[in-house]
Amino acid sequence: MPDYGLSDYLQFVLSGLSTGSIYVLIALGLIAIYNVTGVVNLAQGEFVMLGAMFAVTLVGLHIPIGFAFIGSVLGVVLVGMLIQRLTIHPARHAPEVSLIIITIGTAIALRGLALLFWGTTPRSLPEFSPGPPLNVMGAILSRQRIWIMGTAGVVLLLLYLFFEFTLLGKAVRACSINRRASELLGINPELMSLLSYALGAGLGAIGGIVIAPLTLVDYNMGLVLGLKGFVAAIMGGLVNMPAAVIGGLALGVLESFTSGFLSSGIKDAVAFLTLFIILLARTTSIKTTLQEKRAQRQARPKGR
Amino acid sequence: MNRILRSSLYVFLVLSILFGVVACKPDALKSGAKTAEGTTYKVGFMAAITGGAAFLGVPERDAAVMIQKQLDAQGGVIVGPDGVKHPVEILIHDTESTGDVAVTVAKKLIDDEQVVAIVGTTSSPVNMALLPVMTEAEVPMVSMASSGDIVEPVAERYWIFKTAQSNKHTAPVQVQYAKAKGLTKIANFYVNNAYGEDGAEAIREAAEAAGLEIVLEETFEAADTDMTAQLTKLRASDAQALLVTAIPPAAAILTKQFHEMAIDMPIIHNHGIGMKPFIDLAGVDAAEGVIFPMGKLVAASALADDDPQKTILVNFVKDYEESSGSPSSTFAGHAWDAVQITLEALKRLPDGLTLEEQRARLRDEIEKTSGFAGTGGVFNMSAEDHVGLSPDHVIMARITNGEWEYFPPEKW
Amino acid sequence: MSIRSVSKSWTRSNLIGLLVFIAFIGTLPLWVRTPYALSNMVLIGIYSLVTIGLCLLMGYAGQISLGQAAFFGLGAYGSGILTVHFGWSPWIALLIAAVITAVIAYFIGIPMFRLRSHYLAMGTLAFGAIVTIVMNEWKVYTGGPTGLPGIPRFTLGAIPIKSDIAYYYLAWGTVIIGLIIALNLVRSRFGRALRAIHDSEPAAQSLGVDVDRYKLITLVISSIYASVAGSLYAHYIIFISPNAFDFSVSVRLVLMVAVGGLASIWGAPFGTAVVILLTMALREIVPLLTRYGSGEHQIIAYGLLLVVIMIFMPDGLTVALVRAWRRLLNSETLRRRLSAYRRRP
Repeated sequence: MPDYGLSDYLQFVLSGLSTGSIYVLIALGLIAIYNVTGVVNLAQGEFVMLGAMFAVTLVGLHIPIGFAFIGSVLGVVLVGMLIQRLTIHPARHAPEVSLIIITIGTAIALRGLALLFWGTTPRSLPEFSPGPPLNVMGAILSRQRIWIMGTAGVVLLLLYLFFEFTLLGKAVRACSINRRASELLGINPELMSLLSYALGAGLGAIGGIVIAPLTLVDYNMGLVLGLKGFVAAIMGGLVNMPAAVIGGLALGVLESFTSGFLSSGIKDAVAFLTLFIILLARTTSIKTTLQEKRAQRQARPKGR
Repeated sequence: MNRILRSSLYVFLVLSILFGVVACKPDALKSGAKTAEGTTYKVGFMAAITGGAAFLGVPERDAAVMIQKQLDAQGGVIVGPDGVKHPVEILIHDTESTGDVAVTVAKKLIDDEQVVAIVGTTSSPVNMALLPVMTEAEVPMVSMASSGDIVEPVAERYWIFKTAQSNKHTAPVQVQYAKAKGLTKIANFYVNNAYGEDGAEAIREAAEAAGLEIVLEETFEAADTDMTAQLTKLRASDAQALLVTAIPPAAAILTKQFHEMAIDMPIIHNHGIGMKPFIDLAGVDAAEGVIFPMGKLVAASALADDDPQKTILVNFVKDYEESSGSPSSTFAGHAWDAVQITLEALKRLPDGLTLEEQRARLRDEIEKTSGFAGTGGVFNMSAEDHVGLSPDHVIMARITNGEWEYFPPEKW
Repeated sequence: MSIRSVSKSWTRSNLIGLLVFIAFIGTLPLWVRTPYALSNMVLIGIYSLVTIGLCLLMGYAGQISLGQAAFFGLGAYGSGILTVHFGWSPWIALLIAAVITAVIAYFIGIPMFRLRSHYLAMGTLAFGAIVTIVMNEWKVYTGGPTGLPGIPRFTLGAIPIKSDIAYYYLAWGTVIIGLIIALNLVRSRFGRALRAIHDSEPAAQSLGVDVDRYKLITLVISSIYASVAGSLYAHYIIFISPNAFDFSVSVRLVLMVAVGGLASIWGAPFGTAVVILLTMALREIVPLLTRYGSGEHQIIAYGLLLVVIMIFMPDGLTVALVRAWRRLLNSETLRRRLSAYRRRP
């Protein structure tokens, strides 16, 4: 094992946090959709990819990055709403597994379309603020990473304000808590589902555009990112945003340290396993487990 | 809206999307009827068009499509030694980067379509799965995958050939540069798949032969976006040069982050980055000074006029970019070489053979390929060498000011 | 479970269904001759074996598994390593691999079922990721990403079994045995307990059902199915690499079960066949529509068709077909007969 100094440890932490922010952005979109519709959107990674791809195409047409950002997000929001109307809405009474399969089918189709229209050549976006990276006590932090972490923070803040202080946000929240009750209060649940998809798609697109200069853009990028975002979202049970934030950041930092101290090949396994153990620890306590087992053994009739 | 109406609308929508997508691609036109005399030669072409290896497979497919289009433009036939014209069809199929799909598709091509040879496939693991099928069916295969195990040991690979430059040829050049600079300790970074493994193994062998010590080996996934952990390890180690086996985007991200961390050592990639977009992806600043070995495709226009490959390469670059709309790359070149070698060998087949005889004779003719100027080099195959390339077709290039610069040993 | 109770639980229509199925499978090679079609049938058989097990786990015990391909891979690599590196007989390797897989399933099941639904999904994900990584990293035995070539064929005595037809019967023979076992399980007290757990865990527990033990046993059973299928796969393709057992394969398996329908064991082979035949059909149709088009179009069509199938048949194919069948034959006597069928295959 190489000799690590303070700046190296700091490097692991900072890189891990910025990668984790990416996962957080994706997880937020997943949660936005799941909360209201109950659908686990396994095509969330594709929203990220589309956001990045649209932005690349718009920038390629010499549209300035600010307008490209807005245009791309609007485009993906539109796609998201279309997907909700065409694929989720007709199946809204179907069992959960079927809905998940629908999102998988959508993801496959979107990936294929991206492959068809943009090919396999990776693309890139120019950095938002070009310049040398920051040096924090020997650890290097590129400017785009700061943009990523900043965007995640701003998004979180805006989401909080939206859900707490705006009428629309409160309506969406009501719908996620109790669909029936909110319907009785005059909230249109179908509209809420559509909006939640719009929100999820928009969040995905924002994530995609802000990470594009760092991670580069290709038709396949949604696959792994969607999975990691899913893991981060699971840490919050797919409903709890703050827990997902911690989960996403933890995932990024775990990956970083595993790569640094063990090997990059096993980082996924170590990260997933650690998070799994954390989940396990949270939902059970050894004492109650032993008590339960003893009670079960006593309650079982003889001769079974 | 009642259910039947809604269902029909959905079906209609799906079908119109399908048709729209299909029609948008101008290639959705059937070629005209061909009049010819001899038997039709069907050549199977299998590449990873979807799935994990699509980055390599799609350019390969585009090269094959380009050849089919060029053939069609000239009547879609090749002429045998006795003047008989044979129509040629290249049947392009997707392996989905999966072994069992490839095996079934190969059987389809061999038995249902009765192809005379198969060109394919993209990635080494899938290719290895196909070897028993090809050998048992006694159908020649020209592969575009990188692993040397595909054609070695030659005695057991009677029916198998390949056109991709082995990492066995490019790795020594990477190592030689480090040695020429007087460096003794190197780091070996590679992408964690068959392609990367093959390259890393070749570097290990070359380093041992040259007496250099590998002090650090690190891997990264093809889809990874953050290699700062591995680079931190590199910074903390006593390596003096970084040798890399990877393709974009991972290769570009690694290079960019390497530059950001301002690690002071030469970075020597392998031919996987031999595509122009690499420079934009990594960023002109990060790419500056990157050194890598390549077939002459890199510097086609800078070659001497009497170089046997020059015309081929210049035309290839132009035609490929026109036909596919994407910049050319070594992988497209491998496919082009493979199909062309097969076609050239086909041209030497007399008319009137049975399918078994055609396949056997074609295999012999491919093995006799000599002096064929392709994109990867000049091919000279033999019974002992089913690749036919030699190390002198590899040259060093350096990225300077956002362009490729021919970097011969004199300049090292 | 005495013989008498087993045979009593088999209604007549179920037995007829099984016999018809066996007859169909048995005579299929008479009119499906080409190696391409046959090898696809073999693969349908192999994957059906996995999905039957998965259907037991997901449909009956109600546990999501996003890592079933890991068990499939354990069987394949188990067989592969034991035969290639240690020279064991393929048959024995198959058995030992199944035992090893079952033991692993048992030990990971114990902590796993503490979690519920989405957390469980992540647990299975984690397990799948770990197994994939072991396959990639333990290069000495697995060959790493480049894969493990040279796996020997099954042998009858000294003669190697090579032809597609032989593997067809081997695979489907195993599937039929697997089906019979699964159908029996589902009809027995074990199956009823499973269904009780699926409907409401607290209720089942209050009735004295040891929920955790049943889930664990189901997991182990499903892992054995997957492992045997994996061994068959290894000796059929005679080359394996980690990407044949990764997350996307797990997803594909869930797809196959869902398309077939979680409600019935018959859904598993059915859904598997539909998904694989769909890919085959697209491979034929798409080249007719596009002169130079290929893989991308096929995969777009595949994704869209999946969506359409799930929108129109959300409970899966078997349920949709049974409903359509019943609507077609609306007579009293037939309805009575069919309600007997509906009382659960």
